[in-house]
Amino acid sequence: MMNKISIKDLNLYYGNGANHALHGINLDIPARQVTALIGPSGCGKSTLLRCLNRMNDLIEGVKIDGLVTLDEQDIYQNVDVASLRIKVGMVFQKANPFPMSIYDNIAYGLRAQGVTDKKTLNEVVERSLRSAALWDEVKDRLKSPAFGLSGGQQQRLCIARTIAMEPDVILMDEPTSALDPIATKKIEDLIQTLKQKYTIVIVTHSMQQARRISDRTAFFLMGDLVEHNNTNILFSTPADDRTRGYVNGDFG
Amino acid sequence: MQSASIDTTAVPATGTILPQSGRRRDWKEQFFKILFLLAAIIGVLSLAVIAYFIFQESLPAFAEAGVSGIVTGTEWLPPALYGILPMIVASLASTIGAVAIGVPVALLTAIFIAEVAPKWLANIIRPAVELLAGIPSVVYGFFGLIIIVPMIQEWFNVPAGNTVLAGMLVLAVMILPTVIAVSETSLRAVPKTYKEGSLALGASPMFTIFKLLVPAARSGILTGVILGIARALGETMAIIMVMGNAPAMPGSILEPARTLTANIALEMSYASGVHASALYATGIVLLVFIMMLNGTLLYLNREKAK
Repeated sequence: MMNKISIKDLNLYYGNGANHALHGINLDIPARQVTALIGPSGCGKSTLLRCLNRMNDLIEGVKIDGLVTLDEQDIYQNVDVASLRIKVGMVFQKANPFPMSIYDNIAYGLRAQGVTDKKTLNEVVERSLRSAALWDEVKDRLKSPAFGLSGGQQQRLCIARTIAMEPDVILMDEPTSALDPIATKKIEDLIQTLKQKYTIVIVTHSMQQARRISDRTAFFLMGDLVEHNNTNILFSTPADDRTRGYVNGDFG
Repeated sequence: MQSASIDTTAVPATGTILPQSGRRRDWKEQFFKILFLLAAIIGVLSLAVIAYFIFQESLPAFAEAGVSGIVTGTEWLPPALYGILPMIVASLASTIGAVAIGVPVALLTAIFIAEVAPKWLANIIRPAVELLAGIPSVVYGFFGLIIIVPMIQEWFNVPAGNTVLAGMLVLAVMILPTVIAVSETSLRAVPKTYKEGSLALGASPMFTIFKLLVPAARSGILTGVILGIARALGETMAIIMVMGNAPAMPGSILEPARTLTANIALEMSYASGVHASALYATGIVLLVFIMMLNGTLLYLNREKAK
């Protein structure tokens, strides 16, 4: 199986070295599968996710050493960050549509790359919204503000916005934590469809969700990657006592 | 006397432990309510009194020269002619010029402080700009007189540098702090999640600023611009010092002119009768402009609330 992303001996420090947040992480992320990162709050799972598209660059005083490769290319050496973020898209915890129309939200990323051709934009908007299972709900009001959508629709809009850039990888940072069960179900179903085309890495606080949707699961605790394996194996026969304690609900 | 503390004898047999409403506490509440109301009334009352007296004092001039004679008259020759159109033109021209020069500079500065500059540099520029707001306008006048007026005289080869252009330049600097502070605040108020979302899509920081952050802060930035316009329109001292004050219609921005505010300040000390009344009429015109600006501001704020 081909690894899309490979993480080797990754250490991350916040506050100019004061806070050692990730300790020597080694993890391979296979292509076209769903990899779930689980663990209690503050364990470093979101921090690791943000290393994969270099969103941690935005935080002052972050130091990183180790190696992160995408298709065997080191993403921290001589790489155009914007191009990296197009290839590795991200969906955030709280849906963050921009204050503009549904159409403009989807077209935003392409316009940022200088695409102005109306026909191309129309095609991409429709294709992306279809892929995010949102087209039928919004096709009659593409010009109305994105804020008029429900929370679940907004999150699917953000997924569509990411898909519009034709990424290889989609990172999701607790994408359903602010949604009700029905909206969550729609996103989870969508993830199952998307993984046929995209590599998905999802941070989730819900073990049930990881179990339902992921092929592989990695368990983090206090900055350490404790264990990673096929999701079924990790949940049924965890190798580490700490993992067993967490998946059994003893702590967390 | 009923004390504010729990009076056990007042507890009824049903077992409730809440105290009865204390009369003293109610009295305090009322006292402060009235105090707040009085404070608020002072402001509103001042506005009403100012508007009333300016209006009343201006009536003789309007009666003698007629509204159109004053507002559209081009000759100011008291006690014969009271046309203030040249002053209206001078006020509007200097303000428009100041906005055209000052707002772009201010907006770029605000973006720089809020989004681009490293923290330490922003921490130097921000207080410097705030200090600019605290400089008395007469000092701006000095600055204009010493630097800008001679510069214009030399560059454009005019007999005197005291011109509309000098007024524009001084006003442009004077409105900077207002526009910068309000714009920066509204840029900072844009949710961080917008910026994150945009960068995560591979958009460049500059695209993010101009296509997402500035449009999202638009109504706040416009508020800053309008406050800047109000400041420019109302400025008196610095303008008197650099604009030449000739009460004639300026033919170009390289000629001297007199603004509405300068007209009032320059002549009030010796005017009497209808002449004095005509200066109040000048004030009414100024007030109308300011009210129009405030109306726009009110409208914008309502739009923002939507």
